[in-house]
Amino acid sequence: MPLPKRSLHLIILVGLIAIAVTLAACNPNGTNHASSGPVALQGVGATFPNPLYQKWLSEYGKLNPNIKIDYQSQGSGAGIKQIQSQLVQFGASDSPMKDADLQAAPGEILHVPTVLGAVVITYNLNAVTQPLNFSPDVVAAIFLGKITKWNDARIAADNKSVTLPNADITVVHRSDGSGTSAVFTDYLSKISPEWKDKVGTGTSPSWPIGIGGKGNEGVTGQIKNTPNTIGYVELAYAVQNKLPVAKIKNASGSFIEPTIDSVTAAAAASAGTTPDDLRVSITNAQGADVYPISSYTYILVYKDQKDPVKGKALVDFLWWGIHDGEKYAKELQYAPLPADIVKRAEGKINSIVSQGKALR
Amino acid sequence: MSVATEKLSPHRGDWRRVLSPTGNFGDAIFRILMTAVAFFVVAIVVGMILTLGADSLMSIRQFGFGFLTGQQWNPVRSEFGALPFIYGTLMSSLIALLISVPFSLGIAIFLVEQAPHYLAKPVGFLVELLAAIPSVVYGLWGIFVLAPFLRVYVEPPLARHLGWLPFFQGQITGIGLLTGGIILAIMVTPIISAVVRDVLSAVPGNQREAALALGATKWEMIRVVLVNGAPGIAGAVILGLGRALGETMAVTMVIGNRAEISSSLFAPSYTIASAIANEFTEATDALYLSALVELGLILFLVTFIVNGLARVLVWNVTRKTGGLTRTA
Repeated sequence: MPLPKRSLHLIILVGLIAIAVTLAACNPNGTNHASSGPVALQGVGATFPNPLYQKWLSEYGKLNPNIKIDYQSQGSGAGIKQIQSQLVQFGASDSPMKDADLQAAPGEILHVPTVLGAVVITYNLNAVTQPLNFSPDVVAAIFLGKITKWNDARIAADNKSVTLPNADITVVHRSDGSGTSAVFTDYLSKISPEWKDKVGTGTSPSWPIGIGGKGNEGVTGQIKNTPNTIGYVELAYAVQNKLPVAKIKNASGSFIEPTIDSVTAAAAASAGTTPDDLRVSITNAQGADVYPISSYTYILVYKDQKDPVKGKALVDFLWWGIHDGEKYAKELQYAPLPADIVKRAEGKINSIVSQGKALR
Repeated sequence: MSVATEKLSPHRGDWRRVLSPTGNFGDAIFRILMTAVAFFVVAIVVGMILTLGADSLMSIRQFGFGFLTGQQWNPVRSEFGALPFIYGTLMSSLIALLISVPFSLGIAIFLVEQAPHYLAKPVGFLVELLAAIPSVVYGLWGIFVLAPFLRVYVEPPLARHLGWLPFFQGQITGIGLLTGGIILAIMVTPIISAVVRDVLSAVPGNQREAALALGATKWEMIRVVLVNGAPGIAGAVILGLGRALGETMAVTMVIGNRAEISSSLFAPSYTIASAIANEFTEATDALYLSALVELGLILFLVTFIVNGLARVLVWNVTRKTGGLTRTA
């Protein structure tokens, strides 16, 4: 008979729910109310700098065992949302906050740049072993769907020594909202009026053509497994996975390979035009050895800290990050800040106050 | 048929005793507890609908019904239309069911009616094991194994022989609606076949004996069993459909994630669940977020409507055949 069995199941279910409810009720009381002991800071934000920030937290934790910092990589959107609603002590975002978002926040938010990242173009062409060269207008035309064949005369013009196959180009782009897409489309908008007009800049733009892969690993997976594809990923990801990367012609007319140095060079070259609040796009920067598709990533903090103890811990951590922390950047394939920008970031950190008093 | 209705009556009697306790204290507590648990679930569902509705108000006000029929999804311009996602969700689930239902029925019939005992157990176990594989693993397998396989061995012959149909035209990349549907089919097959197997084993043996005694062949006997289990089988298919509609990770990896309605199954497509999973993390402005929440609300409603239709179907079948009342 089905009935006794059914009620037995219900009893087990009720038991499980009861246990779950009890556990849920007990847990928060146990852990959260320890304000007198160690200082706890919470941050939420971009996924791109997450490996570096985790390294920072573990290294900084060794030096300062009584400061507990937690960083959750939920995405730049979450970072901005949660710093606006003051749920966390710091947010993190790959692109600077918009004016409207800054005004919506209850206090003045500072942008502290931490490191730089770059976006590289990678591809799958069996017969081609040497790195391909791309001019900006060619990149735009491929991603607009205007150039559809690998042996198109415009691609061949930049790659005279390479035999390109007579094959259809398959474009692969990110399907998830991503700072990587934002940097790449920001670059395309700067170099192609048609791109700016038709697509524009965004974390999830409406791609004119191509298939979407989830995350750097999804894009890479589809490129590795499909011949004649082209796509873009983060520099760090491409280096770690030894992907073929294209040289891009920069604003000064030279084809530049994406490296940590050519990315830092892009930041240094645009330091003169970087505004006071450090919110800036450094794609397509001028300069002979500059790689043109790169950007800062930021930590977002309130200028006026409510809690002086937490504020002091936060300021010390940021100071450590842009000085001692920078040495961990290279080994994780992030480009460290150029010296000028470190100076200006210092100014930002020094301006943080709590209850009218400077914290450093 | 009359055997089945007779079986029903003591069943109903038992339920009535539980629902009207005889003054026994334990029974009363038990009843209150059960009522609370049942209403708890109802409260969660209602709460979810209310929250989704409230958070998508901004998008509903802005786009109205146009959201359901719009074909543009462009966060940069704040243009949001959900039709490509609805289409992708329904089509990928339809492909999945078209492939997996015959397979699942075959597996279940083999396990219950034909497999020798030493085979039925291990094969059944393996099929159930498939259901326990995390979907991201299916997704990676889809990218690295299934998609290249389809690109080289399946899609070119389809394009060659059936290319005159609009479904099999266009660029062949191995990534697209067809691949998404096939991955889903593989994922729902173990669920459907496991439930159908239980349904078929629940069909009383005397039905089989009666069929055979009347001179039925094995195939005719299996038909009798299938007709008896029809409502349960339909229930199994609904269960599989539910999984297919809401599946996220595996589909996201292979469907191509392109918000565009194309008649070709080779073309990339997009499902509602994939869109939410993909875009939620980096959605910063309020209208964009609201549109994503409204997508969630639509998925909820689509699941609701599809389930409702399926149940009406089951109810009709049950009335016609008068078969076993077991619905999974």
